[in-house]
Amino acid sequence: MLLIDISFYVFSTVILSSALLVVVSRNPVHSVLWLILMFLSCAGLFVLLGAEFVAMLLVIVYVGAVAVLFLFVVMMLDIDFGSLRSEFARYMPIAGLICIILLMELSLVFGVWQTAESAEQARAVITPDLSQVQNTAALGHVIYSKYIYLFQTAGLILLVAMIGAIVLTVRDRPNIKRQDVLSQIYRDPKEQLKIIDVESGKGL
Amino acid sequence: MSDFLTTGPGMLFLIVIQCLGIIGFVMISLLFLVYSDRKIWAAVQMRRGPNVVGVWGLLQSVADALKYVLKEIVIPAGADKTVFILAPLLSFVLAMMLWAVIPFNPGWVLADINVAILYVFAIGSLEVYGVIMGGWASNSKYPFLGALRSAAQMISYEVSIGLIIIGVVISTGSLNFSDIVIAQQGNLGFLNWYWLPHFPMVILFFVSALAETNRPPFDLPEAESELVAGYQVEYSSTPFLLFMAGEYIAIFLMCALISLLFFGGWLSPFPFLPDGPHWMIIKMAFFFFMFSMVKAVVPRYRYDQLMRLGWKVFLPLSLGWVVIVAFLAKFEVFGGFYARWVIGG
Amino acid sequence: MNGSSYNIFNSSNYFGWSETQGVLEVIQILLPEIVLAVFSMIVLLGAVYSRKNKTTSIVFWGTATTFLLVSIFIIFRGAAVYTAFGGAFIDDLFSRYLKVLILLSAAIILMLSQDFLKRNNLFKFEYPILMTLSVVGMMMMVSAGDLMSLYMGLELQSLSLYVLASFSRDSVRSTEAGLKYFVLGALSSGMLLYGSSLIYGYSGSTVFSEIFITASANEKSLGFVFGLVFITIGMAFKVSAVPFHMWTPDVYEGAPTPVTAFLATAPKVAAMGLFARVVHDAFGGAFNDWSQILILLSVLSMLFGSIAAIGQKDIKRLMAYSSISHMGFALMGLTSGGLEGVQSMLIYMAIYVMMNIGTFAFIISMEVDGKPVSEINSLQMYSKTNPGRSMALLILMFSLAGIPPLLGFFGKFYVLKAAITSELYLLATAGVIASVIGAFYYLRIIYYIYFGENPRALDQTHSLFNQTVLVISALAMVLGVVNLFGLEFVSEIAANALVN
Repeated sequence: MLLIDISFYVFSTVILSSALLVVVSRNPVHSVLWLILMFLSCAGLFVLLGAEFVAMLLVIVYVGAVAVLFLFVVMMLDIDFGSLRSEFARYMPIAGLICIILLMELSLVFGVWQTAESAEQARAVITPDLSQVQNTAALGHVIYSKYIYLFQTAGLILLVAMIGAIVLTVRDRPNIKRQDVLSQIYRDPKEQLKIIDVESGKGL
Repeated sequence: MSDFLTTGPGMLFLIVIQCLGIIGFVMISLLFLVYSDRKIWAAVQMRRGPNVVGVWGLLQSVADALKYVLKEIVIPAGADKTVFILAPLLSFVLAMMLWAVIPFNPGWVLADINVAILYVFAIGSLEVYGVIMGGWASNSKYPFLGALRSAAQMISYEVSIGLIIIGVVISTGSLNFSDIVIAQQGNLGFLNWYWLPHFPMVILFFVSALAETNRPPFDLPEAESELVAGYQVEYSSTPFLLFMAGEYIAIFLMCALISLLFFGGWLSPFPFLPDGPHWMIIKMAFFFFMFSMVKAVVPRYRYDQLMRLGWKVFLPLSLGWVVIVAFLAKFEVFGGFYARWVIGG
Repeated sequence: MNGSSYNIFNSSNYFGWSETQGVLEVIQILLPEIVLAVFSMIVLLGAVYSRKNKTTSIVFWGTATTFLLVSIFIIFRGAAVYTAFGGAFIDDLFSRYLKVLILLSAAIILMLSQDFLKRNNLFKFEYPILMTLSVVGMMMMVSAGDLMSLYMGLELQSLSLYVLASFSRDSVRSTEAGLKYFVLGALSSGMLLYGSSLIYGYSGSTVFSEIFITASANEKSLGFVFGLVFITIGMAFKVSAVPFHMWTPDVYEGAPTPVTAFLATAPKVAAMGLFARVVHDAFGGAFNDWSQILILLSVLSMLFGSIAAIGQKDIKRLMAYSSISHMGFALMGLTSGGLEGVQSMLIYMAIYVMMNIGTFAFIISMEVDGKPVSEINSLQMYSKTNPGRSMALLILMFSLAGIPPLLGFFGKFYVLKAAITSELYLLATAGVIASVIGAFYYLRIIYYIYFGENPRALDQTHSLFNQTVLVISALAMVLGVVNLFGLEFVSEIAANALVN
């Protein structure tokens, strides 16, 4: 369909150009904003593929949470990006090399790629009939049954990340005043307040 | 004509018309929302409120909007121009985009997608960018502080809003708003709605919605006593109007969400009255009244208290509730009270 | 719209795949992992809410005891093979052998750490918890039967280790070590994932048994070979085989010594087990493809590890190079293929762990004026003040170097024998040359201890437990010669489980 074709090319163009702008823009905050645009366009591509669940998750997780933190950090950092930029040329050869390798790997996918004979069938076994079930429901079914092991392990990994963040950053400061909400709520006005009737002209 | 509507351009035309319809509805209600907001505070404070332009001051908002639009746009010298202009546009457009998935009656919805709730999350989580970008681009201290506060606040309360909605989603088994409303149908009228099974969460959701939309008592990003006007300090004329409009649209959307998720959307509260979109409008108007009343009567929170409430009270409560509901639904405790598919909802 | 047209709970058998195992059965199969994971969470909650220094000590002992109990449980599980989650988790004798090794070494190192951590103000309850979670990850690694569960286990293990490496957060070197480890570890994970996706693209499945079938085909696509290479590189990073060893010396040096001791033992066992599991279970049919890579990795690691260690002045760095070289030997066993190869690798790893625990029991206690030191120089004339410990260290160093009557020699012997049986003569020769070169730097330490000049007094603050471990492992190096503590038999049945 024409509309889908047009959307595909629009999204792809936006992805490529904003990805380029992430790298070349002078202001790091602009870089992050371009990155966000890129994520959004990627989500658009997922929608075109019919993977609306993944698209929404991409936006929620990457744009809604990760990129916000990125932006936070970048906005508050006071780095002289001019000096960093001067090193750009120095690392250019090695970056170029990596780019060429990646390009070769990608060309592999398009060029000589072939799959085993049983591959298509093996893939089809876990893919449900999409005319019967929405892909969100289908994902739910496998994640909470067949892949529950991986799902729970992912939970453990996140737990480790959390423990790590706390261990490496939290400092126990003993001498600070903390708010104790309960004691505030249960304070009895009768004991805390004394109402004195001050006669005018006399003071306390 | 009907032939034309089935072709590609025709469908596009239809979509554009529908979009304009929604935008028109939201914009017109916006005018009266701002007006009613001001009238309600005035009533609480025993003032008369806007009463000059039009009958009972009804056209006051129109006059205000015209005034904003006609003024000159001032951009501070040190500001990042593009981002500065982009920020209010973003917050307005995103707030508008959310209305695409809100149904007013069976089938009365622009995009009846399977993952409507995720869409609301996704676009809703983008709204924070308008604030951050505005605060940063102003290149000034107060706006920046306001933006940081706002970002932290919105992210914190998004978490509990998300978890609360998950409870409703578990009860329904669908991420589609129409499905959620239909699951609340029953012979008992308003007793069938989700506010009863998910009772404590309704309150949490309402409070989180206040915080999420930077409404008092959680309006710390623009706390005038500390930050002048927060991220809006440097904004004037149309950009400011867009920010404000975006904020009100987001608030109105929260009213729509509460009505859909917990109060049956277009369903009639009494079995003997017919369902219809007017119920949805009435419910939204009622919750907007609640938003206004809160602003009028509750004093502002302190920032650390706000964070404490979000992370230490709401998060554990809503997370615990998800677990409880999951069990109640899985084992069909109380029949179909929590597991709506049992009673064919 | 007519409401939810399907019912999310009553349609478990939607498409092809159905749960053939009940929940209870699965829990039974995964019991050791579940017990450890739940234990760590309960302890975390308890410790956070009590916040007393007394509980930290209890947590240390409790964790070590749990490791011990779980390993006993695993030992008594018998020889049955269990699989769960459609082959994603395999519990066979091979994995049990490695799990017991991992659990025991982790338990001992945990107890060895206590004293060091207390004196350096690092005595926190998170340490054993992170260690437990990392051990869970390792157990998942050696039980992995699917590329996805492999990756998840690996990540769980590595992430805990990154945190542990920078555990001494106020020390610049420790945080630097953690960061370096993290960045390079992430890179290697990326490679592993890239390889996995290529393999998945080729074979259409991530389960090892399915991959095995496609890998056995005569004609393999270029993409498959690329995938295999990337997965191997990713795992070579984890076992720190040359040329993917760059992180090892820096991380070993910077991390707190007990963490270094941990890094040198249990994760190496797990990574090696994973390596063996992947090359046999998944790529057993592509022996010629992977064995070439492994030969290269093995030769380079053995030679480079031995040569680069010569110039080291820091004993932790030296142990890093020593472990690189040892990994080369273990890879030699794996490369030889077949039952004998895997068996020799298993024996080697067990002996390697024993030697390293003993050596690190000493290194952890090295202190001058209450501050931990790791210069080899500080060992000069140590025999004058401490003849007993010097003797134990002498035995351990000889064993590490692989000098005949000691246990370390037998490790090398089995590996070389396996290589020769598979007619990998060049590889075996390289191994012999490397161990001769390697002997030099181990002997240099002994030279310092006995014949050094300018004596420097190390503190006498060895805790009783560390001394005991040192002495016991030194004794084991001598006494083990009798029958290798039955390792030969146990490792044979374990290897049998994997190869057949």
